[in-house]
Amino acid sequence: MTGAELMVKSLEAEDVKYVFGYPGVAICPFYDAILDSEIKTVLIRTEQNAAHSASGMARMTGKPGVCAVTSGPGATNLITGIATAFADSIPLVCITGQVNSELIGSDVFQEADITGAVESFVKYSYLVKDAKELPRIFKEAFYIANSGRRGPVLIDVPIDVQQAEAGDFEYPEEVKLRTYKPTVKGNVLQIKKTINQLEKAKRPLICVGGGVSLSGAQEELKALAEEFRIPVVSTMMGISVMPTEHPLYYGMVGNNGFPWANRAMNEADLIMMVGARVADRAVNQPERVMKDTVLIHIDVDPAEIGKNAGATIPIVGDAKHILKEISEYEMDGEFDGWIKSLDEYRRTMPLTRTPDPAFVDPAEFIRRLSLKLEDNAVYVADVGQNQIWSCKYHVVRNGRFLTTGGMGTMGYSIPAAVGAKLACPDRQVVAVCGDGSFQMSMMELATMSQYGVKVKIIVLKNDYLGMVRQYQHFTYKDRYSVVDIAGNPELEHIAAAYGMKFLSIENMEGLDEKLDELLSKDESCLCRCIIDPMDLV
Amino acid sequence: MNRKVFQLLVENSSGVLSRVSGLFSRRGYNIESITAGVTADPKFTLITIVAFGDDEILEQIEKQVAKLVDVRNVKVLEPHDSVYRELCLIKVQVSEQSREGLIAISNIFRASIIDVAAESMIIELTGNQSKIEAFLGLLSGYTILELARTGITGLSRGSSDVVWLEE
Repeated sequence: MTGAELMVKSLEAEDVKYVFGYPGVAICPFYDAILDSEIKTVLIRTEQNAAHSASGMARMTGKPGVCAVTSGPGATNLITGIATAFADSIPLVCITGQVNSELIGSDVFQEADITGAVESFVKYSYLVKDAKELPRIFKEAFYIANSGRRGPVLIDVPIDVQQAEAGDFEYPEEVKLRTYKPTVKGNVLQIKKTINQLEKAKRPLICVGGGVSLSGAQEELKALAEEFRIPVVSTMMGISVMPTEHPLYYGMVGNNGFPWANRAMNEADLIMMVGARVADRAVNQPERVMKDTVLIHIDVDPAEIGKNAGATIPIVGDAKHILKEISEYEMDGEFDGWIKSLDEYRRTMPLTRTPDPAFVDPAEFIRRLSLKLEDNAVYVADVGQNQIWSCKYHVVRNGRFLTTGGMGTMGYSIPAAVGAKLACPDRQVVAVCGDGSFQMSMMELATMSQYGVKVKIIVLKNDYLGMVRQYQHFTYKDRYSVVDIAGNPELEHIAAAYGMKFLSIENMEGLDEKLDELLSKDESCLCRCIIDPMDLV
Repeated sequence: MNRKVFQLLVENSSGVLSRVSGLFSRRGYNIESITAGVTADPKFTLITIVAFGDDEILEQIEKQVAKLVDVRNVKVLEPHDSVYRELCLIKVQVSEQSREGLIAISNIFRASIIDVAAESMIIELTGNQSKIEAFLGLLSGYTILELARTGITGLSRGSSDVVWLEE
């Protein structure tokens, strides 16, 4: 077999269903070999989106998403997608073609040192020098990407390695990595200490992050919260771990979060952080919040514990295991008074929005949209004002909420939604973006059309880069610089050009009927909502 | 600011040194010196890094380095429980008159003269950093033409914390 055939066989052995990518000469042997496989290929329209689509797929399947692009510009275009997956801890296996091994380092056509360039955004990377090594490298790459703290792994394969004869395919049964052994189970002593602290606590709070979804521990988390009756808040990446309307759930914290959730963080005497980094956007002043607070920090990455806030009890391991182990203990603690006061905060700290009736109110629109979505719908939020509105007003039941909270890459929603829809063709998938972020991934409408991917795209149109405009409003007193995106294309024509259904919503009148029209048929649709350009999140 | 000596046992794979040093530069950690060399088992390399920062940074360095896939083991070489050595080569300008004096100083420090030319001399000195600093201090009256230091390498004392390389 050739190296390229070994690559495809390895992907088959990993049960990969889709490869997102863009060919070029240096990856052609691979794309030739994949023709003889059941694995489906998706030609995305720019390489960055191959990584985002693979990310959407990975988040829905719990397995690494795979993308394959060519050398040089193909590989460098992928970088933002890789960095996004790294910041959000999404498992990816990224394959890049490379120029002939003997030419590496001589600056030939379409050569880029991609393993060097992505070094700071990957969990690990390989530059393959011998085709015989390919099965072992693929086995390792999938294991590294999807164990411990998830993340992207890059495999750079020179064209001559893909073409080389490399003998029969034999996929290693297990990974032999002398130097990489992530911790899964939590330390029993630390778990006992946690129970002791919980029993002493009066106002405990669980704060969930993206790590809970990554470890597939949503059920365990809910069970733990219900068993011990502990209220729950979440970071942006932790949205959809708990159903929005669960009586113990108080929503998102942070500088864009709910005031009552932040108050809960400030008043709690014990915070159990699960799969969350205590990052700058979630906890503004960690030293203030954590003063006099018992912090139990559960994370699979020991380097995250103590990075932003010193933990009283660090527990390294997989959230699913650890939450299950904690649940097995009996705990005498009674927090109904605390829960009552949180309910009271929520009741008395209303969100004051004064929407202009001449426009669609994005908050109310998103709330009503989400109530009309199917129970297990997948909602993909982009970046900008639209993201914050989505985080605050989208009502999750049994669905998923996907967004990039770590890197905040504009244009994420459409390609990620494509990946999510291909992973779960039976589930409703909605991408919500602004008119700025839409134009960063607009080209993927062609991918949707080519492969019949039925995603509903909602564009909240205000002819501004709204989040930056808002920042300039507050920080530079309305001196707007480079945020006006007048000159936007007419979205109706865009939809027509790609053969998509188009829907326009100009104000809140008859919204329910419009939403029914948007969602009734299993077809892709581009929906434009005209929102107030001066609105603030 | 504290100073710590880290000893990393890493897989001897291509790019491992750039992965380790790259981690320091991109996270803004301060590095004083870094040395690397293959171990008794050629599959592994031993890297000694001297870094400085406050306690939180030093703790992060240890954790972030341990996270690298190629890193098998991270040890902190505590001063009271380890030996450190550094090799230093010094090319000094000499004249007929000054040569004798330099040789005498070198002898006291057990440094070796490894090259002598008409107007210069190369001295090799091995020792811990304070010895090297003291020696360089004594050379202040001379003109140092070139100076090459390896940065320190070290080992912990005794055999209690040896990492056995067998599977």
